Amino acid sequence: MPEKSASNLVAEPQSPPKIRSPKRPAGTLYRGKEGMWSWVLHRITGVAIYFFLLVHILDTALVRVSPEAYNAVINTYKTPIMGLGEIALVAAIVFHALNGLRIILIDFWAFGAKHQRTMFWVVIGLWVVLLAAFIPRQLMHVFGG
Amino acid sequence: MSLIEAPRTPTRGHRTGGINWEKWGWIYMRASGVVLIVLIFGHLFVNLVAGEGVKAIDFAFVGGKLADPFWIVWDGLMLWLALIHGGNGMRTLVNDYATNPKVRKVLMIGIAASTVILIILGTLVITTFDPCPAGADPALLPSFCEAS
Repeated sequence: MPEKSASNLVAEPQSPPKIRSPKRPAGTLYRGKEGMWSWVLHRITGVAIYFFLLVHILDTALVRVSPEAYNAVINTYKTPIMGLGEIALVAAIVFHALNGLRIILIDFWAFGAKHQRTMFWVVIGLWVVLLAAFIPRQLMHVFGG
Repeated sequence: MSLIEAPRTPTRGHRTGGINWEKWGWIYMRASGVVLIVLIFGHLFVNLVAGEGVKAIDFAFVGGKLADPFWIVWDGLMLWLALIHGGNGMRTLVNDYATNPKVRKVLMIGIAASTVILIILGTLVITTFDPCPAGADPALLPSFCEAS
């Protein structure tokens, strides 16, 4: 703010209304911060799950070819690398599912948009809990005797 | 009329009457999403968490499941709902990122074709599936096949 105006001809307001501007851009539902990154993750996990789905329908279709053909392909799902891949797949599915519920709440719950940022961290919290339950179980199955 | 179009002028003009397909697509994503959470979490629990997990899956395991109408309906619903949900999601991405009209058209045809082909293939597999195929090695079949 400049120093007091030299002109006394115009009556200046004693205390101009203060509008406190944010230090950084605050972001909106889809621009910046949790709103944007949840959207980015939803797209990436969605595409990953989609391509797995295409492959998974084709490999399951081998049950119609012969027991040997199906077993040969499904045995590759039990190798250590694929076992870790299944953890990544489940991680993607669980995030997509929980964030999908968050999107539904933003759309249909009156306070959804207001609480979207909190709900994102609830999604992350539940995601961590569910994966903490799944990962040891999967490691036991794949690497256990 | 100004020479420069307003920045948000729709490419295809305004819709006048008829079924609002985009609205129904939007509703479908949410409705199918909720059902898919139940179906896929159940699928993951039975196939990856319960018992021996992924190590237990083989022809006999799948044969045992698909001999039960409950799992035929479960897997059939999962197939239809997930493929259409995924195909419509990919359509959204193509609409957002494929700016070249020819590339966009090719991608759209690819998505539609793979969705239709895989739904037909998957539906035929689970409805015509025989858990005890004639002439197969009995060691690879579900235990109930020996009775017949």
